[in-house]
Amino acid sequence: MSEQLTGAQALIRALEHAGVDTVFGIPGGAILPAYDPMLDSTQIRHILVRHEQGAGHAAQGYAAASGKVGVCMATSGPGATNLVTPIADAYMDSVPLVAITGQVASAAIGTDAFQEADIRGITMPITKHNFLVNDPNDIASTIAEAFHIASTGRPGPVLVDVTKDAMQAKVDFQWPTELSLPGYRPVTRPHPKQVREAARLITAAEKPVLYVGGGVIRAEAEQELKELAELLGIPVVTTLMARGALPDTHELHFGMPGMHGSVSAVGALQRSDLLITLGARFDDRVTGKLDSFAPEAKVIHADIDPAEIGKNRAADVPIVGDCKEVITDLIAALRTEIANSGRTPSYETWRHQLEAVRAKYPLGFDEPEDGTLSPQHVIQRIGQIAGPDAIYTAGVGQHQMWSAHFLPFEKPRHWLNSGGLGTMGYSVPAAMGAKTAMPDKTVWAIDGDGCFQMTNQELVTCALEGIPIKVAVINNQSLGMVRQWQTLFYDKRYSNTDLHSTRIPDFAKLAEAMGCVGLRCSDKASVDATIDKAMSVTDQPVVVDFVVHRDAMVWPMVAAGVSNDEIQIARDMAPKWDGEEL
Amino acid sequence: MSKHTLSILVENKHGVLARVAALISRRGFNIDSLAVGPTEHPEVSRMTIAVSVDEQPLEQITKQLNKLVNVIKIVELEPTQTVQRELLLVKVKADTLTRGQVLETVQLFRAKVVDVAPDAITIEATGNPEKLEAMLRVLEPFGVRELVQSGMVAIGRGSRSISDRTLRPVPVPPPHVQSGTPAVQAQPPAERHHPVPAPPPGRTAAR
Repeated sequence: MSEQLTGAQALIRALEHAGVDTVFGIPGGAILPAYDPMLDSTQIRHILVRHEQGAGHAAQGYAAASGKVGVCMATSGPGATNLVTPIADAYMDSVPLVAITGQVASAAIGTDAFQEADIRGITMPITKHNFLVNDPNDIASTIAEAFHIASTGRPGPVLVDVTKDAMQAKVDFQWPTELSLPGYRPVTRPHPKQVREAARLITAAEKPVLYVGGGVIRAEAEQELKELAELLGIPVVTTLMARGALPDTHELHFGMPGMHGSVSAVGALQRSDLLITLGARFDDRVTGKLDSFAPEAKVIHADIDPAEIGKNRAADVPIVGDCKEVITDLIAALRTEIANSGRTPSYETWRHQLEAVRAKYPLGFDEPEDGTLSPQHVIQRIGQIAGPDAIYTAGVGQHQMWSAHFLPFEKPRHWLNSGGLGTMGYSVPAAMGAKTAMPDKTVWAIDGDGCFQMTNQELVTCALEGIPIKVAVINNQSLGMVRQWQTLFYDKRYSNTDLHSTRIPDFAKLAEAMGCVGLRCSDKASVDATIDKAMSVTDQPVVVDFVVHRDAMVWPMVAAGVSNDEIQIARDMAPKWDGEEL
Repeated sequence: MSKHTLSILVENKHGVLARVAALISRRGFNIDSLAVGPTEHPEVSRMTIAVSVDEQPLEQITKQLNKLVNVIKIVELEPTQTVQRELLLVKVKADTLTRGQVLETVQLFRAKVVDVAPDAITIEATGNPEKLEAMLRVLEPFGVRELVQSGMVAIGRGSRSISDRTLRPVPVPPPHVQSGTPAVQAQPPAERHHPVPAPPPGRTAAR
């Protein structure tokens, strides 16, 4: 069954076949043909953003909140290059994304034509795969391949660059029934022998830890994870990308590991004799100095991407597979192992040790002595008032770490942030995308005053498109995390980190100018009332400028390049965890 | 660091060489030699890449290469189980006094003269890299005026082929079922993803 369409119509039709309901984008010369049939699509809602970077992050937010593939669209040249940051971000954080870009006519490629950029070449290192389509007959099959690649295996971004002449030509449309991808066969089923070996190591261990990464969220394996942890009472730590994979309130949850992780989580990994690594990748922000990371531990490493296994840390038991299937099989293998040996391992002593550390070194903060507002208090209250059903996004920096510490993470896909690439400006457009995907959810973007000034123009999009997100600008008038490092490591020489954001811009007025409700709060007494007011506005985006103390710091902290054993709970304060403690 | 030879079957598509070369370079490795050309399947090209690298980083680079969608299969070829050849063209100074000695060298290495000028000879030679190196050492004193060498190509000994069963289509996800869980269940593990190295010819380098 085929029908005569233009290439552009075929493109839109293919997107419909792929199940797309939302596209974030901006038209321009080379992509113009695609925007004409877009107008007729009843299935696809196009959201006209104000900057292509916003389109990319919005598609990421849409994908991360819904589990579906996010789609963004831009024109050639600068439109496409503006997508580079979100594409790189999606690559680092394994977000399923399809980016569609217009390209100059195929005859003009290579001539430095107006708005020509080799976006396929540019994005080769930051996409899972990318395509240049100049034959209109390839449009439908390429779109099918792009969605298949983006959403299967380890998810990631795929870019499809379509020439203008391919979109203008006539073509017989046919949605393919088979894909020609001989080199793409992701392994999702784990090898039974490896799983049995993992079960054997687990039952033999005395101090195991489930080191859980974002792969568990992407694989929707939260139920299986809970079952596995509870089966034997194994302590769990969740990385920045995995917050919500196991509820924070679960008794087996010992916090987030890493540079700004909690003492119990960092200590659990450092003192463990077996890391059961699930969809995590031994990122340097988790391991600290690699050769002193978890020195006593054997490693079970399960990941859908074989290249992650053994990349940073050698694995004693490598398992290639989808986390959901790996955990399911592992639970079965453990039950068999226990039945065969007639012995159920108990990690009670180990758990009690960690519980003591968790109780002794909870996450916390001191109120500023000068009476200014504490940023942590603001974030904590937003979390308590909006609750664990709200979706939270964050930018990058201090506010991101405080959010990871003090927001209530009880469910997967309710915490969206830029973990790998560390993209300032992620939160507002990502919140827009998340709210579009989940219109019934309250969506809070926790942002910094630095991050907010990178992408806040998408609030115009939110206001016009009826996407009522809420933004908390944690305004410490500086690039806070950089300032913290300058305080600690550069002798308080504050080079170019002062943003003066108490005076310029006036965030509340800026918000109002963009069609949002603008609020400001600078004293503790009115924090709750301000949040309540923001919660009560449901038909418009809201921006709250929380003017906070400028020198609040993120603790605990492991300084860059040192061992996790050097964790400090405050400046020059190390936790006591010699022999008797841990 | 040791030398390794990788045979890489790739889809014969635009930009594949750029993807492979760029990936090796951005992961911080140097290519000693690279050759690419068609195979018995028109849709498949074969690259032979020689790299000097330790075992552990080699495994990492092989896994990264395997992630390229256009890469179908990677096999590491063991030198003892492999025929390796390079092609070399070299222009050597040779006048009436030295020509005889140069021609003797050509014969010794079973090379060929492909062009003669009054003061130079152009020699064509094929062989494994060691043989060609030895020949060049002998020719050097006469004066090498110009030298061009192909990348090494290599093939496993015996009757087995690494390019069997390389092209299989994948069923497409039906429309409107897009969701977080993959619509298509993966095929049974392909050989190149298998955690255990495959038998000869050559070791399947990916794990």
